Amino acid sequence: MKNQQLNEKYNAYVEARIPKTKPWPSLFNSFWVGGVICLIGQGINDLILYLFPSMAQQSAWAWTLIIIIGIASFLTAIGVYDKIGKFAGGGSIVPITGFSNSIASPAIEFKHEGIIYGTCVKMFTIAGPVIVVGVVASVVVGIIYYVIGLF
Amino acid sequence: MQYLWVFLIGGLVCMLGEVLIITTKITSARILVAFVLIGVVLQAFNLFEPISAFAKAGINVPIIGFGASLAKGAMGAVESSGLLGAFTGGLQATAGGIAAAIGFAFLFSLIFSSKTK
Amino acid sequence: MQTIEFKNRPKIIGNYAIAGPKEGKGPFGQYFDYVMQNDSFGEKTYELAERKMFEQAVTGALQSAGLKSADINLMLAGDLLNQIISSSFTARAFNMPYLGLFGACSTMAESLATGATLIDGGYFNNVVCVTGSHFSTAERQFRFPLELGNQRVPTSQWTVTAAGASVLSMEGEGPQVCMATYGRVIDYGVVDVNNMGAAMAPSAADTIITHLADTGRKPSYYDLIVTGDLGKLGAEILIDLLEEKGIRLGLNYSDCGHCYYTREQDTMCGASGCGVSASILNSYIIRKMKKGEYKKVLLVATGALMSTTASQQGESIPGVSHAVVLEMGGK
Repeated sequence: MKNQQLNEKYNAYVEARIPKTKPWPSLFNSFWVGGVICLIGQGINDLILYLFPSMAQQSAWAWTLIIIIGIASFLTAIGVYDKIGKFAGGGSIVPITGFSNSIASPAIEFKHEGIIYGTCVKMFTIAGPVIVVGVVASVVVGIIYYVIGLF
Repeated sequence: MQYLWVFLIGGLVCMLGEVLIITTKITSARILVAFVLIGVVLQAFNLFEPISAFAKAGINVPIIGFGASLAKGAMGAVESSGLLGAFTGGLQATAGGIAAAIGFAFLFSLIFSSKTK
Repeated sequence: MQTIEFKNRPKIIGNYAIAGPKEGKGPFGQYFDYVMQNDSFGEKTYELAERKMFEQAVTGALQSAGLKSADINLMLAGDLLNQIISSSFTARAFNMPYLGLFGACSTMAESLATGATLIDGGYFNNVVCVTGSHFSTAERQFRFPLELGNQRVPTSQWTVTAAGASVLSMEGEGPQVCMATYGRVIDYGVVDVNNMGAAMAPSAADTIITHLADTGRKPSYYDLIVTGDLGKLGAEILIDLLEEKGIRLGLNYSDCGHCYYTREQDTMCGASGCGVSASILNSYIIRKMKKGEYKKVLLVATGALMSTTASQQGESIPGVSHAVVLEMGGK
């Protein structure tokens, strides 16, 4: 019991000792990089609709996502995305490009362990929870929506 | 003007992620999970459409849009095909994004290796 | 008594340090025996590169001692990878009797202390100690893929790409290993895997306090007291912890991890990994001792005994630190 108190005291001391960094630069960087990534998405979407005026809005949007996911994968592969991430933090994690980066980076990292046990198995080490939580939540929402619709 | 809103709202959403990183030290996997959940919840309460109509890519490019598509797909499929839709709708609506992420990652992993930092 | 004194004083008669390109650009770059052009070292995987570093370190240390691998009675080695593969596979290449050690980043002092004990006991003549670490192998095992776009937290440390080897012997010239203090495992309940300095500092403090109490010495007895890889924050905590016990570390105290990189290299709290103390001891420190600039050195290598599994299960990170006393000159 006494040990635990000492540990808590030590941890509180360490917490106070940690160098404080100013949050403003990283907040600003995440803001503008995130904004620019969204702008690029909007630009690609508008370009698709301009080139293919008959395309449904929803299809154009799906193409947009596929394109920016592809770009992010490529930037990850050539070792650029992690530099953007180091600079922008949340600015490049939160967009769907961050999701793409979190799938591509372990896939490339673990290729030496083989295609099956390396690339394919490790591909979801970071993005796995995103897909699992998202799908489970959507199923729950769907079921609730169905039950509500019964009345 | 449209583009300004996309930039501002997209930037703010991403900055919210950075605020989470700074204040709670959580890792990127948890950030992504949290934002997907936000999207699912927004859509479940029909709040996503009004924001999306206004913010366009500003809310759709952040992974919130991915969560909203999951929930929207499930709800839409429930309307057309009943309870089965709750299970099929979500992944159907997001299949493009997931398949693209997996496909590109697989392709590039065959070509590239991790770089020295 | 945790401290033992070696009556026959085994000597470090051969030493070799090899480091990666980023490390070569740091303040100690000019002291390393070899700086790699790129950290894949011409190998297909980073694990193979790490192993090649180990092998080159052993070969270099043998050369500097003027010995052949057949002259070595025992290899003591350890590293950070699971099942210490770099060490074992290096031993396979050299065909020497081998004991694998795991002390995380404390391995250099652990292997020197163990080797000196075995030689002093009269069972072995020549023992080679080798350890090291590689940024890219450690990163993928303990943290995230290299290409993941995330930010490093202010308390994090950069795993060095470096290895060092020492040859211990009864005959020959070199710094003498006079004493060793084997450390206890100390855990103050730090769970943050990005704050290894805070996890290890209590164990370093415990080992230093014990060493000073056992020997009746003051910190000023030594020309240099050097800890392994506490980093900037860990070193500050160590100073605080010792001051609480009434022990003041002076200008003769330094931390290898803290000064391993320059400020511009942006490594947050400094360096970590087995390679930190291994490469600095086997280059800078031994060279300065041979020149006579340092006569009495206390090397306290610090290790964070963490595993990703235990950390994910919420376990705190235990630390262990071993100290060896190196002295130059006649009896």
